[in-house]
Amino acid sequence: MTYIAKPSLHHPSLERNSVGFTRRDYEGRISTLCAGCGHDSISASIIQACFEIDLEPHRLAKFSGIGCSSKTPDYFVGPAHGFNAVHGRMPSVLTGANIAAKDLIYLGVSGDGDSASIGLGQFCHAVRRGVNMTYICENNGVYGLTKGQFSATSDKGSKAKKGAENKDSAIDLVMLALQLGATYVGRSFSGDKHQLVPLIKGALSHKGTSFIDVISPCVAFNNHVGSTKSFDYVREHNEAVNRMDVITPRAPITADYKAGELKEVVQHDGSILRLRKLEDDYDATDRNAALGYLARKASEGEIVTGLLYVDPDASDLHDGLNTVSCQLNKLTDQELIPSLSALEKINDSLR
Amino acid sequence: MTKPIAATNDFVVKFANVNGSGSASANGMFAKVILRMGVPVGARNIFPSNIQGLPTWYEVRLSDAGWLGRRGGVDLMVAMNPQTWDADLKEIMPGGYLLYDSSKPLPASKFRDDINLIGAPLTELIASEFSVPRERQLFKNICYVGVLAQLLGLESETVQLLLKEEFKGKDKLIQPNFKAFELGRAYAEANIAPIGLHVKRSDKVGDRIFVEGNDAAALGAVYGGATFCAWYPITPSTSLAESFQKYCTMLRKDADGKNRFAIVQAEDEIASIGMVMGAGWAGSRAFTCTSGPGISLMNEFVGFSYYAEIPAVIFDVQRGGPSTGMPTRTQQSDLMLAAYASHGDTKHPMLFPGSPTEAFEMGAQAFDLSDFFQTTVFVMLELDIGMQEWLTEPFKWDEKRRLNRGKVLTYEHLEQGVPFGRYRDVDGDAVPYRTYPGTHPTKGSYFTRGSSHDKDARYSEKGEDYTEGMERLLRKWETMKSHVPAPIIKKAKKRTPDGVIYMGSTDPAMEEALCAMESHGIHLDALRVRAFPFNSEVFEFIRDHEQVFVVEQNRDAQLKSLLVNEGGVHPARLVSVLHYDGTPITARFIIKDITEKLQAGQAAALPEKAK
Repeated sequence: MTYIAKPSLHHPSLERNSVGFTRRDYEGRISTLCAGCGHDSISASIIQACFEIDLEPHRLAKFSGIGCSSKTPDYFVGPAHGFNAVHGRMPSVLTGANIAAKDLIYLGVSGDGDSASIGLGQFCHAVRRGVNMTYICENNGVYGLTKGQFSATSDKGSKAKKGAENKDSAIDLVMLALQLGATYVGRSFSGDKHQLVPLIKGALSHKGTSFIDVISPCVAFNNHVGSTKSFDYVREHNEAVNRMDVITPRAPITADYKAGELKEVVQHDGSILRLRKLEDDYDATDRNAALGYLARKASEGEIVTGLLYVDPDASDLHDGLNTVSCQLNKLTDQELIPSLSALEKINDSLR
Repeated sequence: MTKPIAATNDFVVKFANVNGSGSASANGMFAKVILRMGVPVGARNIFPSNIQGLPTWYEVRLSDAGWLGRRGGVDLMVAMNPQTWDADLKEIMPGGYLLYDSSKPLPASKFRDDINLIGAPLTELIASEFSVPRERQLFKNICYVGVLAQLLGLESETVQLLLKEEFKGKDKLIQPNFKAFELGRAYAEANIAPIGLHVKRSDKVGDRIFVEGNDAAALGAVYGGATFCAWYPITPSTSLAESFQKYCTMLRKDADGKNRFAIVQAEDEIASIGMVMGAGWAGSRAFTCTSGPGISLMNEFVGFSYYAEIPAVIFDVQRGGPSTGMPTRTQQSDLMLAAYASHGDTKHPMLFPGSPTEAFEMGAQAFDLSDFFQTTVFVMLELDIGMQEWLTEPFKWDEKRRLNRGKVLTYEHLEQGVPFGRYRDVDGDAVPYRTYPGTHPTKGSYFTRGSSHDKDARYSEKGEDYTEGMERLLRKWETMKSHVPAPIIKKAKKRTPDGVIYMGSTDPAMEEALCAMESHGIHLDALRVRAFPFNSEVFEFIRDHEQVFVVEQNRDAQLKSLLVNEGGVHPARLVSVLHYDGTPITARFIIKDITEKLQAGQAAALPEKAK
């Protein structure tokens, strides 16, 4: 068969989720990325998130473009169909698949080269359309697979491994996503699993376009002093605005926080985003305020993380297209082929 | 004075207008009245890449004999554009007619003395009855149709009927239009002497329909089960997407108003084809429509489709290239581009509709072929078919026909234990099985990639895995040859060593040329290619003739190159007849070129033939 190289025998005592799968059922093939790569931590978080939200693995559809990050969909959720598209064009392929089979859960994984350079246009337009997907940018500020060129998310003044300084302004994908109408926007750090897993869970449960920018240091080419995407730099400048728990519709609700500390957001599928504020003046449901706050913090050199914006009542591309409830790829011949008499009427109208 | 041309149901009328002046509907009305009178019409818009102010022409050829290709030459010119006056006058055949607006006097030097002048004060006539400037401009058009109706003998009641149909729902426009028509007609009756051109009621139209190829292809896509169109506006393909929208709205709505289709205007052609790939991969029939520049942009994805084996349909409405070229002129110049699109070793099937009727049929068939062979299928339309209304056979559909989804394993198959390996040749025809995403919780998933893979879709850089896949793709190409539409062969009345191969919109001009040449004792067997890869009949036809003319509408003999390349045909056996100035090819051109080449060939021996 064409998936999972790892032994498929699991220990019988492994915990199962409510749809009967163990965490190991969400694994993929063995990663070929460098030891210590941030991207592998993100894959682990994706696996954990899918397991925890009780997603049947085959109901996920995985997409990516080209680059190190885009290799990763092979390394998680093996029983899901995957599509490794051409460079920078993952968003269009995902959009088309979503139009054909809207009941699946769509996950696009891409890098900063894929998303902010060659594929910037497709990124923007997929967000504008409100494609129902989770788009994760594994952002390391560098072209790893071609050995260390700056990417468009590299900060101005950041240094390359051999000392060259980046002279160009950085593209901030979070700001772009907010401006273009993404309805769930987060930023995190590959080294912070406790923050990242709930962010991914909330995104996969969200209806509409979810975007998560994950700073994911490149251990081979962008983890040195002078880089603003190194482990040390990100740890020092990481400013989380909130902490989140995601309560799936199936899970029992427990209250272990004091009243007043929490903001609860109920999403379309019934999942609850339970936000605990770390910054008093940050409201994750106010898009304009979020844009202002992020711009201010960016100018101070801080990397703001957490759930930055959510609109739980968002609509998606299919609402706009007014498509039938049945997936387009399941429509029968009878539903697709008009009658002969309709054709004869058309013939008549053309005489 | 040259003798005035006299003809009934066999002449050419050309309208010279300014675009944006509203002439199109009046001119179209003129053609339709003649069709309703049972006289076959070949009609062509010749228009600029512009919205307002530049010259535009509409040419109507009446032919009781049924020749619907462009003839060349003009018998009656309706000259309404001062910008092009001089050139328009030159086109009139000696003894032909010029209808012009005589509201303002023109010096004698502006005319020719070997043509017949028909002055009608159109501006004055309209100004006497209409006061709004835009109305004056619009109704001048229908006014000259009135003049023509009187002179040529068009039926007023048919005009009235057509106006009613045209403006159904906008009823208050019917009366003023007919008034403007009557102004022109009555003026001509009272003031203009009869001319030698006449339209007489006939019965040569039959049950044929009058329709554009883009409209037909879009309807074909609806009958062919397409549920998704992703596109980016580009002349001359835009009306295909618009027609798909029109027909889906008419035929694919649920009772509650929900759509059993989706249309997305993408940000560019790359995104368009990307979306088509995603939908095709997920099991929906999807297409995009574009023209040459769009295909150039789509190349990378087309190669992906070839190698990862993903169904897609691309309607390429060909226009004049290279680069931006001539966006509103016709050519058959994307053959090489489409046939071998993308880097590496690739090739892609193409269909060549020869009329809107075939555009409908192939518009549906393309989806069966692409689903079955899991690859991009190009439907090679041309501006001359796509954006022109042709008198063509009515659309037909067999109600028993089912959509052929190809080799797809379902949940039940997987549950029963049917083994699955994405790129395995199970049936010996080199066509593999696939699964749609979300089919089964534990079986049948795979990873699609454009990088090299083994027969189970696993990443592999091993030489033997790579060549095994590439060779299977070649065998799949062989299988395809017997599935694509066969050529249409017309044998000459007499045994002949000469043949002619052509395709697409050349069909009507070629039919006329063959008939005319035959009456002069020149016999040619003819073959119209309808698909690439070429079926074996094509090469048998070449083998059975000493020399074969290849008639095509491009500079570089692209069809000939494909025949040489794919069939190992000796180039000297194929003699090119090339027409590529952007206008549709004419019978006159084909006859002249072939006749000259045959005569030259008789005078001096032909180049050394292949053994």
